Amino acid sequence: MGLPNVSGDLSAEMEVDAFRRLFPLRFYERHLSESIRPDARPLGRARDTTLALGAVASADGSALAKIGSTTMLAAIKMEVMSPSTDSPDEGCIAIDFHMPPICSPIVRPGRPVEAAPVVSKQLSDTILSSGMINLKELSLVSGKAAWMAYLDIYCLDADGALFDAALLSAVAAFSHLQIPIVFLNDDGKIVVVSEEGEGGKLDKEPVNKEKRKLTLRSLPFSLTCILHKNYILADPTAEEESIMELL
Amino acid sequence: MMEIDRADGRTPNQLRPLACSRNILHRAHGSASWSQGDTKVLAAVYGPKAGTKKNENPEKACIEVIWKPKTGQIGKLEKEYEMILKRTLQSICILTINPNTTTSVIVQVVHDDGALLTCAINAACAALVDAGIPIKHLAVAICCCLAEDGYVILDPTKLEEQKMKGFAFLVFPNSIHSVLPEGSLLVEGEPVEHGIITSVTHGLMSVEEYLKCLERGHAASAKLSDFLRRSLKLQLPSDSSKAK
Repeated sequence: MGLPNVSGDLSAEMEVDAFRRLFPLRFYERHLSESIRPDARPLGRARDTTLALGAVASADGSALAKIGSTTMLAAIKMEVMSPSTDSPDEGCIAIDFHMPPICSPIVRPGRPVEAAPVVSKQLSDTILSSGMINLKELSLVSGKAAWMAYLDIYCLDADGALFDAALLSAVAAFSHLQIPIVFLNDDGKIVVVSEEGEGGKLDKEPVNKEKRKLTLRSLPFSLTCILHKNYILADPTAEEESIMELL
Repeated sequence: MMEIDRADGRTPNQLRPLACSRNILHRAHGSASWSQGDTKVLAAVYGPKAGTKKNENPEKACIEVIWKPKTGQIGKLEKEYEMILKRTLQSICILTINPNTTTSVIVQVVHDDGALLTCAINAACAALVDAGIPIKHLAVAICCCLAEDGYVILDPTKLEEQKMKGFAFLVFPNSIHSVLPEGSLLVEGEPVEHGIITSVTHGLMSVEEYLKCLERGHAASAKLSDFLRRSLKLQLPSDSSKAK
């Protein structure tokens, strides 16, 4: 698309891509004054979002979330552990967020990104304090055994609004989660039953008869916005985030 | 709303006794210690040094924050505090004056008795002033928390923090009234001190409760601004030689 003359300097002779790289702020401001963004979105619109449940077959619950190009893969593995003494009938959730080098050219192997531990902690805080999951549902035998849910979120493509996509994939993975069936052994230990037809060995009492899902109450949802001069942009891309500083 | 009895007998809007001292570390370019009640934080500023880190924009000055906890290893909490402090300080410093330089701010927690992040922001601000880094205006930080019944209290101690249902750390720009009593700086028709620099919230709260926290915090920030101006003014610039 042709750019109109900007005060007759060298932008008149330049191509659009070169102008975008060399003068990114002016490129964006030209668009913002017409209330539109370079990807033809109005200022208040978020990018197209898609969600796919069950993306990882070996995990107990998983989801793949895409907001525009930002892609997050979340997977939950459940393990049995003994609960702590001050909350004997509650399970535990451990949330971790990873940004492997595949997601962005600025991430190098061996050098951890600044954003990763921050998003990880914010995700933990949000999910645990929102009251979405009742930890008592993760309990098996009060005081002796409870579920520990390990939620790992991998960023596959970092194109802005990382926290939104990560939260969406985490909530979706929890909604897809099915708690596996376990048996209580004679020694008092919990044994997880596997899927491949062990039909003949069902002489022990299963602790839970069928795979159940967690009941999720208030689902947290987030939207990242950027304030630039008088404009508020919803759901920024990585390019917008790096140029405009007020998140 | 019921009156809450605070353990140390303060009213809900009352802050703990504040203390600030500058120029305590002689090898640092700027240093300050800030304490609110028993929470004490020490901040040191080194810079500007030449060069920026790899992913930072070389056309602007860069601020690097290192947070040192009192005990334990550096984990995600410290990284989050570093990021919040970095963003806050970036918005108050004039970054275009010394491009392609890095200013390091090191924050050391001496004692944590609640409202740690706000103490650190105030200490870092005072240390920047002590180092002479060019800044647009100062920032004052305040912590408001929300009790179970919707009551807002300011500047909690650690015990009070654990009983709260949610809290908000707010950073406001310093009121210019304290420097120029005749007028205030206007940014697009509104005085600059009506703005807000940073807001970090934890826990569950409704929008009305958040707005209530905002207005209480804003009212208290004027008192903090006065204290900041008084304590930063007292030191005479007689000792301008510092070890580099």
